[in-house]
Formats: sequence, structure tokens, C-alpha cells
Amino acid sequence: MKKIEAIIQPSRLEQVKSALYEVGVEGMTVSEVRGHGRQKGHTEVYRGREYNVDLLPKIKIEMVLRDQMVDLVIETILKSAKTGKIGDGKIFLYPVEESIRIRNEERGEAAL
Amino acid sequence: MKYFVFLLTFGLVCASGLLVRPVYAQAAPSQTVAASEESYAAAPAQEQISKLKAEIAEAQSSGDNAWMLVCSALVLMMTGPGLALFYGGLVRKKNVLATMMQGFSLMAIITVLWAVIGFSLCFGPGTSFIGGLSHLFLRGVGSAPDPTYAGTIPLETFMVFQLMFAIITPALICGAFAERMKFSAMVLFMVLWSFVVYDPMAHMVWGKSGLLNAALGGAVPTLDFAGGTVVHITSGVSALVCALYLGKRVGYPQEPMPPHSVVLSFIGACLLWVGWFGFNAGSALAAGGLATSAFVATQFGAAAAAIGWGAAEWLRNGKPSVLGIVSGAVAGLVAITPASGFVGPMSALAIGFIAGIVCYLMVSKVKGRFGYDDSLDAFGVHGVGGTVGALLTGIFATSAINPIFKNRQGNVLPVGLIDGNAGQLLNQFIGVLISWSIAVVGTLIILKVVDALVGLRVPEEQEVQGLDLSQHGEEGYTFEA
Repeated sequence: MKKIEAIIQPSRLEQVKSALYEVGVEGMTVSEVRGHGRQKGHTEVYRGREYNVDLLPKIKIEMVLRDQMVDLVIETILKSAKTGKIGDGKIFLYPVEESIRIRNEERGEAAL
Repeated sequence: MKYFVFLLTFGLVCASGLLVRPVYAQAAPSQTVAASEESYAAAPAQEQISKLKAEIAEAQSSGDNAWMLVCSALVLMMTGPGLALFYGGLVRKKNVLATMMQGFSLMAIITVLWAVIGFSLCFGPGTSFIGGLSHLFLRGVGSAPDPTYAGTIPLETFMVFQLMFAIITPALICGAFAERMKFSAMVLFMVLWSFVVYDPMAHMVWGKSGLLNAALGGAVPTLDFAGGTVVHITSGVSALVCALYLGKRVGYPQEPMPPHSVVLSFIGACLLWVGWFGFNAGSALAAGGLATSAFVATQFGAAAAAIGWGAAEWLRNGKPSVLGIVSGAVAGLVAITPASGFVGPMSALAIGFIAGIVCYLMVSKVKGRFGYDDSLDAFGVHGVGGTVGALLTGIFATSAINPIFKNRQGNVLPVGLIDGNAGQLLNQFIGVLISWSIAVVGTLIILKVVDALVGLRVPEEQEVQGLDLSQHGEEGYTFEA
């Protein structure tokens, strides 16, 4: 099992989500997060005072997948999340030791 | 025990007020029932004419009274929700309720003070500097007009209209010490401030035998139609003193402290603009042409200032901001306040445009250079806008709009500089100087007293936590609920 964590532009969420459903992803966790990579931020001015907003709103999608799904899912995210501009986000891949379904205590891939 | 004594005292004050006040409320049934046609025909001509005259006066009186009651409500709307939203949006979200609470609590506190003694100190006959005690507990304030102030509306209407001004003026100061003052200290400060600064200033400018009263022959006639000196200079300058005395907020200016909701501020500013028609046009104290003139000047002043501030910002930052354009409108409304009722529409455009640019520079450039933390720019907008407006009134006031000065023969005299009365500019300057002085000295003394009695600022950990929780045990936004 692998965990994919993808940070994407908020505006791409709907496209990414539907593309993932199409390739058979069954579950995901989505959170609104703030952060930056190379994009840095922007400046806001209120009554002449400048504020540097370096943490920008992003969307984080987390999924735990069977190993054979991983490549397809990464390819799908790349295709659907890309705008080609700086600030498109990143994908991180982690190994997962165990997964447990709380309702009936199933373990391993059966719990996904 | 402490609270019991407080309640008992409060009850006694209210009860004694009831006792000394003459009963008039249910008296005098309406006399508007029109006389029948036959009675006109039967009565001699002279009697008919005087009857008709009485009916015309009655009609004008109810027209004026209707307008003034609406204006009173409009001015109250400026404090809550207008100013509450405008200021509430500008603070960080941990202080939104505390900021709204300050203005709202003044709606209650000042009203009680006004009933007991405030109105008497402002508008009762007295010295050149302060009114007397003849209207204590609103004695003698009933449905009969006081022709010295307004001959066609009940004195009680005049009283409640003026009350709304006494409420919003201290509420404006809250912008300077936002996010760091103890609630208890704020309450005590405001009670003292209304006695020491507001009441004398209102009496001097608008009260009988007031030193600066232009309409009633004061020694130094200062033109202030709706409160440039009385309301905006006193509050704005006191705000500056508060900001300097209390010191900066924890983390200012290193930490970013942007407004938590420009949307709230936007709605607040729009409500202020609408309410300001009651403030300025209502200051005509009647529903005639002068009210229209003040109404128009108000609209034009606000519009020109919004453009002035917005354009200055656009040129300097490359973008016109929403907060900028609405702040500009408020600055224009402040500046046109003393001038409305004295100036024509073109002068109003000029006054507004100048005020918009000056206040923008004050808030965005000068404040930064001096480094004081006037959190919501109460001084930059009200102190500066009020001063600019009061001085420009001396230039643009004209007898064509308001023939306020007459000689003994009843001939109309020039009013402002454009009429050829250069001396009025000096009078305006003296009026401005007096209101600055009262505000600085009065506020400084009150701050010392309140600091010694209860302490002004919340402890640092409470300031970091936010005043909503530390002062009121509530949060403005509870998303889990």
C-alpha cells in the first residue's frame, strides 16, 4: 500500500476529483491548507500598509492506494491538476504499513 | 454586594428622575382635527385667517417633526450597525465582538447619562462654556418647542436627535485603542469623556450663550453645521491622544494585522453614508430647503472624497482598493459635516476631494512615519478630516445657502471667504484650536485618572488571546456550532 499526498491549486480540485473517480479511486481526504513552494506570495495593501501574504491557499488530497493503482493515479493527477503556471503544487508518495477499517476491524488492502 | 448597591443606586436615579419630571406625556390631545366647513363660513374673516395660520403652522410642525424623528433614527444607525461593522471588519477576528461591544455599550450608557444630566449640560442655559442644570432629569423637555433651537419641533425631539450625536462621538474614538483596551477602562473613560470633552464643546458651539455659537451670537462665531469640531475633531484628536498614551498593540508594526473582513467594513461604510443624511440634513432641524442643501452637499462631498482617495491610491499603488474608496467616502462625509448647510454643491465637491486626498496621505504616509498605532485610523479620518472640513467651511460658506449672519437692520452679511468675509477663516481657526485643546487636555487627564483607577490595557496574554474571549467570554465566529 502507498499513500499519495497531492498539493494542488484550489481551482483544479473539481477536475482532479472527477478524473480520479474515472480511474477508479474510491476514497480520498481533502483539506484546505495554506503554504508555498517556489511561488512565494503576493502583496496586499490596506490603507497604505503593505502585507506580504506568503502562505497561499492550496488544496491537499490524501489517498491510500493498492500498489498497482499508484502509477495510474499519479499520471491522472499530473494531467488534471496541471495549469503550467508556477504554484501548481506537488505530489508526495509514502509507503503505508497498515490500514484498519474501524467498523469491522478488517486489515490491509481489504480495508481500503 | 457590590452589584446590589449598584442596582439600588441605578434604581434610585431612575426613580428620582420620574419624580422631578413634570407629567406631560399623555396631556394635550391632538389639535389637528380640522374645523368643519361651516365653522369657517360662520366665523368672521379675521378669525378664519388666524385659524388657517394655526393649521399651517401645525402642518409644518408635524412635517418637521416627522423628518427629525427619522433623522434621529438614522444617526443612531450610524453607530450600530454602521460604525460597529466598519470598525469590526478592520480588526482581527479575535477582537470583532469586543469592538462592536464598545460602540453598542455607548448606545446604552450615553443615553442614560443624557437623560440624567448630559442634555442639560449641553443645551441648558448656562455660561459660555457649559450649560446649567435646569434640564436635569429632562425637566422641562416636552412637546413644547424651544424657539431658540428649533421653533417647529418639540424640544423632546431636539433632545433625542442631539442624543444620537452624543453617542456616536465617543464611539468614534474606539478606533484608536481597538484590540488592546480593557472594557472596564473604556466604560469609565467614555463616561468621563462625555462630561469633560463632549458636553462643553457641544454647548460652546450649539448651546445657548455658547462661546462659539454662530447662530445665537457667540463671541467667536464658528461655523459648524453638524459637528466638524464638536464631533469629529474632539473624537479624532482624543483618539490620537489615546493611541499615543496606550502605546502600540503587541506585535505592531512587525506582525501583519490586516482587516479580518473588508466585507463587514464595506457594509458599515455604506450604512454610515446613508445615516449621514440624518446627521447633516437633520442638523437643519426642519424639513425645509436648508435640509435639502445639506443633504446634497453630503452626497457630493462623500462622492468626491471617495474618488480622491481612490485615485490617490490607484496612482501610488497601481490598484484602487475597496477599503480605500469606502474610507475615502467616510473621510469626505467627515469633512462635509461642518460645511453642509453652508456650502453649495460645487464647493462640496471641492471639500470632499481635498479631504479624500489629505486623509489618504495622512493614513498611509504620515502615520507610518510617526509610528503611532491609531489602529483603525480614527485620527487620520476624523481628526484630520474634521479639521480640514472646519477650515474649508470658513472658505466656502456662503450667505446664498445660509444667511446666518445679519446686522441689526436685518441685512444679510457675508459668511465665508468666498463671500468676502476673510475674518471667518480666523474664527474657524480659533474654533478648531479650542476643540483640539479641549480634546488633548481633557483626554490626557481622563486617561491618567482611569489608568490609576482600573488600568487601561489588558495584560499581554489577554491581548494575544483576543479581547472577545478575555473581556467578554465569547467568540465572533464559532464554526463548530
